[in-house]
Amino acid sequence: MKTAYIETVLAIASKDLRVELRSRELLSMTAIFALLSILVFSFALELDRTAREEAVSGVLWVTLIFASLLGLNRSLAQEYDQGNLDALLLAPVSRSAIFVGKLAGNALFTGLVGFLLLPLMTALYGMNMLDGRLILTTLTGIFGFCAIGTLLATMTVQTRAREALLPIAMLPIALPFLLTAVRATKGILTGASEWQVWFQLLLGITVIYLVLCLLLYKYVVEE
Amino acid sequence: MVQELESRSMPRLLRALTILTALGFAGTLYLGLFAAGTDIQQGEVQRLFYIHMPSFFGAFTAFGLTVVGGIMALARGSEKWDKIALAGVEVGLAFALINLLTGAIWARPIWNTWWTWDPRLTSAAVMCLTYAAYLMLRAGIDDTARRRSFMSVYGIFAFVTVLITLFIIRIVPETIHPVIVGASPQNAQGSFEATSGVIIALVPSLLLWLTIMPITLMWHRYRLEDRLESLNRLKLKALSD
Repeated sequence: MKTAYIETVLAIASKDLRVELRSRELLSMTAIFALLSILVFSFALELDRTAREEAVSGVLWVTLIFASLLGLNRSLAQEYDQGNLDALLLAPVSRSAIFVGKLAGNALFTGLVGFLLLPLMTALYGMNMLDGRLILTTLTGIFGFCAIGTLLATMTVQTRAREALLPIAMLPIALPFLLTAVRATKGILTGASEWQVWFQLLLGITVIYLVLCLLLYKYVVEE
Repeated sequence: MVQELESRSMPRLLRALTILTALGFAGTLYLGLFAAGTDIQQGEVQRLFYIHMPSFFGAFTAFGLTVVGGIMALARGSEKWDKIALAGVEVGLAFALINLLTGAIWARPIWNTWWTWDPRLTSAAVMCLTYAAYLMLRAGIDDTARRRSFMSVYGIFAFVTVLITLFIIRIVPETIHPVIVGASPQNAQGSFEATSGVIIALVPSLLLWLTIMPITLMWHRYRLEDRLESLNRLKLKALSD
């Protein structure tokens, strides 16, 4: 059954998707950034065989978070600058539906970057990263920090130093995702059984943050 | 006009709390420095613990009150609770920095380094940065109503880092940070036992930092913000006259 809530979410997400399909700006930008980032890391950390096993999960997640920062800023700045946010607020729809719609778009684009990175890192770093568990962890982590990122980006685009403030505001708050996702990824790559504990923690944190975001989103868009 | 500023003398309760805080601080310092025995293994530097742990819990109270202030500011839309939230962040950040600093001074002789990237140390540093980000974000928003609701939301999320710092040594096993209450992690370096001497010095200090001290300081900070506001109002009035 299609309720008004789901229709709103789908309308906003498909609007973002259509904009992206026509301009292809965001995805190409974040994809190139992500590619550059893993190359830079591999030079900067001088990743040899053993160092790679230690560092690769960190490289993956730092790259994903920074790539998502790029996307989040643009995604919300475009709503705000072109007055679409005001139009959305005028529409008789739930505030949390607006949030979920924006989150869906952002998580989709960052998720695509993640899908690009996993086979690429498999090829470049010589480790099997196309594991079902790893894909699940990646998607959960991306979804989680896109949730908090969407909320914070909505706030920061309305401030003076917007591009500079989003990373400052988001990185410390997104740390729980980074911590648990890196541990889970490392566990999967080294075959340790403890990855499940970290994945459950990641899942728990994602749920808590999502609930908080849904409850609090209306306060960051109201005038 | 000037009377408006001067007439607001300090409430009697606040004056009592201030005196109590000063006396309590002197008293707990005496307990920590003289009444408690010197640790056999760590020596005098162990006495920092009577400030180190209580200061974290003081920060916990202050940041907790920021969450309460944030929720109330969102529910009621009142300036008052927003000011309480701001006071909580500033007082809590000061306490958290005291916590980091005393920890570093203790770690130098005991761990043989000022700083190490231990999970708990890292999360405590991230906690400080989160609240520093709070202040930066706050400074970036001009509109008061918008600032109130944004900062309330941020203050609620920021508290997650406080909880992580509190519980991380129970989640991440490879920490070297000792746990004094309950069993220490396997790798903990520099643990000591909570003997009766330690407890006599710790408990009053903990109670002081947990309750009276943050509340008194926040109250002062709240009044300062209030004064600042009325000063700005007076300035605007003087300009328009």
